[in-house]
Amino acid sequence: MHPYLVSLFGGLLIGASVWLMLAGLGRVTGISGIAATALTAPKESLWRYAFLIGLIGGGLLFMRLFNTASIGVASTPGLIVAGLLVGFGTVLGGGCTSGHGVCGLGRRSPRSLIATFTFMVAGMATVAVIRALSGSAA
Amino acid sequence: MSNIRAATIALFAGILFAAGLTLGGMMDPRKVQGFLDVGALFGWGGGKWDPSLAFVMGGALVVSLFAFGTVKSHHVPWVGARFELPTRRDIDAKLVVGAILFGVGWGIAGYCPGPALSSLFTGGTDILWFLGAMLPGMLVAKKWFS
Repeated sequence: MHPYLVSLFGGLLIGASVWLMLAGLGRVTGISGIAATALTAPKESLWRYAFLIGLIGGGLLFMRLFNTASIGVASTPGLIVAGLLVGFGTVLGGGCTSGHGVCGLGRRSPRSLIATFTFMVAGMATVAVIRALSGSAA
Repeated sequence: MSNIRAATIALFAGILFAAGLTLGGMMDPRKVQGFLDVGALFGWGGGKWDPSLAFVMGGALVVSLFAFGTVKSHHVPWVGARFELPTRRDIDAKLVVGAILFGVGWGIAGYCPGPALSSLFTGGTDILWFLGAMLPGMLVAKKWFS
C-alpha cells in the first residue's frame, strides 16, 4: 500500500480514538492536557493514567509489531530546550496537536484554529532556521 | 464501577491512538520535521518535503469532525453524567504565546506530546531527555498559570 494511504489510515485510527473518548467519557483527547492533569491532580485521574498506559504500552507494542524506525533529529541540548518549550507551551496555550489540532478543529473551535495555525507556522519557521543554520555551518 | 469503566475505555483509546501514531509514521521525528520543512518544496535546505503528517491529521480530522458533529446537547456519554468539553471561545495572549513556544519546540525535536509519550520505551535516550524536560515544563506552566 502507498505510504500516504498508510498515514491516512493511521489518522483514521487516531480519529477513532478521539471518537471513543468522546462517546465513552464525553471528553476531548488532548494529550498535553491529559498528561499535565495526571501530574497535578492524581486523585481524579484514573482514566488519564489508563489512557497514558495504553498510549505508552501501545507505542512499544506497535513499534515492535510494525518494525518502525524512529531516528532523532536533535542534539541533547536541543532535546532539553525543545522538551521545556513543548511542555510549557502546550499547557500555557491549552493544547497540542491532538487537543487543538484534531479535537479543537473537529469542534470548530476558533481558539483551536488560531492555536493550530500558530504552532504550525512556528514549527515551520523553526525548521527553516535550523536548515539555514546547518546549511551555513556545512 | 464507573471509574473502572471509564479507565477501560480510556485504556483502549490510548492503545488505538498509539496504533494510529505508529502507522502514520508520527513516532519518527524525521517525518514530523520533514513535514514542517516547507522550504524543501522550493528546493531550499536540500531536504525533501514529507506530507505524511498532513495525511495523518487529515484522516484524524475527518473522523473528529464527524464525531463532534454528532454530539447533541441532550446526549450523555456512556460513562459520566454529561459531556465535559472546552467552552472558551476567546483568543488571548496565552493561547498565541503558548502555541508559538510549542511550535518552536516541536520544530527543534520533531516531537509533540502524544508521540513523545508513546515513544517512552522505543525512543532511546533522546526521548528520556525530551520527556525529562517536557514534564517539568508542564508543571511550571501549571504552577504559574492556573
